[in-house]
Amino acid sequence: MSGSWYGPVDPAPDAGWQAPPPRVGFFTDTSICIGCKACEVACKEWNAVPDDGFEMLGSSYDNSGALGASTWRHVMFIEQSPSSDVLSRTADSALSAGRAAPGTDSTAVDLGMPSTTLPGEAPGGERTDFRWLMASNVCKHCTHAGCLDVCPTGALFRTEFGTVVVQDDICNGCGYCVAGCPFGVIDRRIGQKGETKNAGIAQKCTLCYDRLKDDLVPACAKACPTTSIQFGELDELRERAQARVEQLHERGVTSARLYGEDEGDGVGGAGAFFLLLDEPEVYGLPPDPVVTTRDLPTMWWRAGAAAALMLAGAVSAFVGRRP
Amino acid sequence: MAECHPVGFQWVMEAKARGATVVHVDPRFTRTSALADLHVPLRAGSDIAFLGGLVRHVLENELYFRDYVVAYTNAATVLRDDLQLPDDLTGVFSGYDPDSGTYDTATWQYQGQGAAPGTEGGAVESQSPQDRESMVSERERGAGHELGNRGASLESTVVDRDETLQHPRCVLQVLRRHFARYTPEMVEEVCGVDRERFLAVADAITRNSGRERTTAFCYAVGWTQHSMGVQYIRTAAILQLLLGNMGRPGGGIMALRGHASIQGSTDIPTLFNLLPGYLPMPKADVGDLDGYLASLSSQGQKGYWTQAPAYVVSLLKAWWGDAATADNDWGFDLLPRTNGDHGTYQTVMDMLDGTVEGYFLLGQNPAVGSAHGRMQRLGMARLKWLVVRDLNLIESATFWKDGPEVATGELRPEDIDTEVFFFPAATHVEKAGTFTQTQRLVQWRHKAVDPPGDARPELHFFFHLGRLLKQAVAGSADSRDRPLQAVTWDYPVAGHHEEPDADAVLREINGYDLTTGELLSSFGQMRDDGTTAGGCWIYTGVYADGVNQAARRRSWREQGGPHLAREWGWAWPADRRILYNRASADPEGRPWSERKALVWWDERAGRWTGHDVPDFPLTTAPSYRPEPGADGPEGLAGDDPFVMQADGKGWLYAPKGVLDGPLPTHYEPHESPVRNPLYGQQASPTRKVYAREDNPSNPSVTEPGGDVFPYVFTTYRLTEHHTAGGMSRWVPYLAELQPEFFCEVSPELARERGLENLGWATIVTARTAVEARVLVTDRVAPLRMGGRTVHQIGLPYHWGVGGDAYVTGDAANDLVGLSLDPNVLIQECKAATCDIRPGRRPTGPELLRFVEGYRRRAGVTPETGNALRTEGR
Repeated sequence: MSGSWYGPVDPAPDAGWQAPPPRVGFFTDTSICIGCKACEVACKEWNAVPDDGFEMLGSSYDNSGALGASTWRHVMFIEQSPSSDVLSRTADSALSAGRAAPGTDSTAVDLGMPSTTLPGEAPGGERTDFRWLMASNVCKHCTHAGCLDVCPTGALFRTEFGTVVVQDDICNGCGYCVAGCPFGVIDRRIGQKGETKNAGIAQKCTLCYDRLKDDLVPACAKACPTTSIQFGELDELRERAQARVEQLHERGVTSARLYGEDEGDGVGGAGAFFLLLDEPEVYGLPPDPVVTTRDLPTMWWRAGAAAALMLAGAVSAFVGRRP
Repeated sequence: MAECHPVGFQWVMEAKARGATVVHVDPRFTRTSALADLHVPLRAGSDIAFLGGLVRHVLENELYFRDYVVAYTNAATVLRDDLQLPDDLTGVFSGYDPDSGTYDTATWQYQGQGAAPGTEGGAVESQSPQDRESMVSERERGAGHELGNRGASLESTVVDRDETLQHPRCVLQVLRRHFARYTPEMVEEVCGVDRERFLAVADAITRNSGRERTTAFCYAVGWTQHSMGVQYIRTAAILQLLLGNMGRPGGGIMALRGHASIQGSTDIPTLFNLLPGYLPMPKADVGDLDGYLASLSSQGQKGYWTQAPAYVVSLLKAWWGDAATADNDWGFDLLPRTNGDHGTYQTVMDMLDGTVEGYFLLGQNPAVGSAHGRMQRLGMARLKWLVVRDLNLIESATFWKDGPEVATGELRPEDIDTEVFFFPAATHVEKAGTFTQTQRLVQWRHKAVDPPGDARPELHFFFHLGRLLKQAVAGSADSRDRPLQAVTWDYPVAGHHEEPDADAVLREINGYDLTTGELLSSFGQMRDDGTTAGGCWIYTGVYADGVNQAARRRSWREQGGPHLAREWGWAWPADRRILYNRASADPEGRPWSERKALVWWDERAGRWTGHDVPDFPLTTAPSYRPEPGADGPEGLAGDDPFVMQADGKGWLYAPKGVLDGPLPTHYEPHESPVRNPLYGQQASPTRKVYAREDNPSNPSVTEPGGDVFPYVFTTYRLTEHHTAGGMSRWVPYLAELQPEFFCEVSPELARERGLENLGWATIVTARTAVEARVLVTDRVAPLRMGGRTVHQIGLPYHWGVGGDAYVTGDAANDLVGLSLDPNVLIQECKAATCDIRPGRRPTGPELLRFVEGYRRRAGVTPETGNALRTEGR
């Protein structure tokens, strides 16, 4: 069996596909996301994903909460408080320079966490502008996918497109993959068997595997009105993304950065990567994700070494016995 | 726009990517604000002050596009010397009649109208004062709608002009005087917009206007749904004319519609006061056809509206067919007549008063979506029959069994005699037809799938209803059945369900030459002698050359760029993509700049040409000047680009046609916590008010009890839902995204009133109280205005009580009372006052006592807030 645990690699051939098509993925440019959630709806519509409950969360305009078994695209809404004065500069300087895009080179990372002052209570009593960041999150389709690595049934597999897909008729609902994902994406669907489709089965974005097979763009990218979600061959998307970051930097949006595009990162680069306008933590994304199975070879080696050592010790105990 | 028109907003993002500056003016910080370069929060209901401030900025700093303004607008036209402005009359224009709340427009007219050209001063021929009856009639019938595609007619277009713009009574100078008090300081006091932010906007739009650049304004019902809705748009129009942004690419004022074909539903109207193509509905006293035609345009007026008789006769031929002859005035007498206000709100009051027995609701959910929902539901409970056609069993079909009034005990299902007929309707993908969008682009839809079960298209329903009605009256001798007997109703049907052919309807709308049977290609071919038929003259040409032009779908990518994309759909009139595009060229017919070239005069060919269909008589040279007395298209001079205006000019000042003043004036909303800082007159002196027991108003700050309702609320939509929810609350994927009715409040207001995020709040007006979950957010900012703070509360209005939707909740529109704009009878629901307190509202009869307690505390009577003329300070 082939298959690497770590480092840059083209995952489809690595998984054993003979002459697969080029690897595809998503580039989600959050600087032009308008938070319309068309991606969430289109995804559910195409993939027949059931509703995820009718509960208001009181968290800006987000009532989906997080990615999960019944939410495969999730639009995040981050209201950044006006306490940081760099934000007020953004609107003014953007206008005077006649340029586009919110964003700024913020040094302090505002996580939107509760603070001792009330929101809107800026120093000096003056209200200032603030940012409302929106970003459509999705499964990263990692080069080294922890979920896939730990799946004992083979329900999770690497497709010829380099994506990671669950086969719901094979999954036994063991849940190892849930702990195996460094991003907290995959989850088992809550519900009663017989009432809810695939209740208890691990579910996540398939990057519309069925549509890919028919040469169609995934539903979310198709529905996105502002091309915030871009689908394509991963190499080309990475170039496009790099150019976009440079463009934003030129316009003074120095906070723009890519997330998940680096093949040298802990998951070998993501098949779905993002352009963010702030630190990943602001969006609830791990700053340095590492595939949970990265250390598996070492662990095996160490476990083997330990076993050998123990064996050697045991043997030596007998060998070394005095006559 | 990102919030309610996310698909259209892609073009704003596209423009932004190319360097456009996006400014968003809105009480709240919305998804649009998040993507804009500058967000300007202002007090709901203060937009005329804000825009008026911009007008003043442009005038005082001489930033207007002088060549454009002098040649193409009525800036140079001299006004009568007896016109008085609100500055002179504590807040009203001359001609105001406090008893009827109407204006006599005699003093608003141009100087020397009807007099010989060049005469001055003494030669003023005083127009006879309007009789009060006609003033009231205009107000009752929402006469502004009749001007949906043109300006008001004038007695004469012989006017005095001073092209130096120095005459103290020329329009530009009057404009300057009128807006002189709309200073940045005043903008701050009225709107709560600080000076820096205001000047940033002023700077952005003026720098981006002129020969090389154009600025566009986009608005939605945040501008229209006010007691001065029409004047909001007028102020923007004045600004755009001053900056030279009309009739030019990238300019204009874009009305963003609330549904897919709202433009279409005024072109071929669902309004009581219009016939297709903005022909006015005949009034009861209009007399015969000649009298009606004479009322449409006057002798000597310029432009294309003088051809109206051909449009009217062709319409009558389309409707009555062979029954329309020269001898019977082409069946003009078969048309119904109006005798007052039959608008949607008057109709509801008529239901309550027992004079309306039946009601059709087609994709409309007034129990949730209309102002004063309680009045809507109580009115419907008085009907004999109610037909509801919708995708789902909406609250307007179920209010009688589980609506809010059943909970309070005001209605008991067993006492309601209304027979409700519910018909499931086909969706837009389940039927063929057209949508007309805001750019007047008619786009054909093909049917994708059959509708499920008993669901049928509207066309199916009305065709077969008409067929059955015709059958029912076929043998009748009653003259009231004549229209039904005469109307042509011969659309071909196909299939198991006998589906009428939408394409045949479009052909009828386009029109035929009855002598040859050929489809018409332009409205210029229409005749008033009965040889042509056409259902809507402005749509003639949609079937030009026998081809369904609306079905064209050649992508802009295949057309060499997104410039005009002329091979996509079809725009009325005459497939013209930008109206009044003669103004895109200078008076000599040359483009103002290469960058903004659209149409121009081709000297060698002797005709207008360019990227768009010229909106001008094709061979009228720029240098052409009409003979005195010439009218119609020949009356247009070569530099009269506004071909649907009686004088060919863009109207900075409206001498006629706008019922609430020739110039926009800031008045406070019907309910306001702010004393009008600009004039002694508090609210619009011409707004329509209804002093009824069932329509109580909150007292404004100028009245006793005004402090009981200290906060401003505004209603709006969210991306996740569609209007009253009929298309979204029954769809789990949409309903789960915004599952509950909530109010948006600032942290400051939350602190002031003890509101907690995700807790409950009760919002109260004199009408009722509703409960909502609380969203505390920095996106709503308290406004500082002249030393005081005004808090605003945001209320999305998508939820309703009862029914079987996935998500339900109190309806925000239940809070709104009725006061209307007099021009078009639009309700004021984007700015009103309320109180807010933590916790859930009382239920059952207790709710009525709770609201009654508020009314008592505020001293509310039916007369409260309804005085039209308020001079005192």
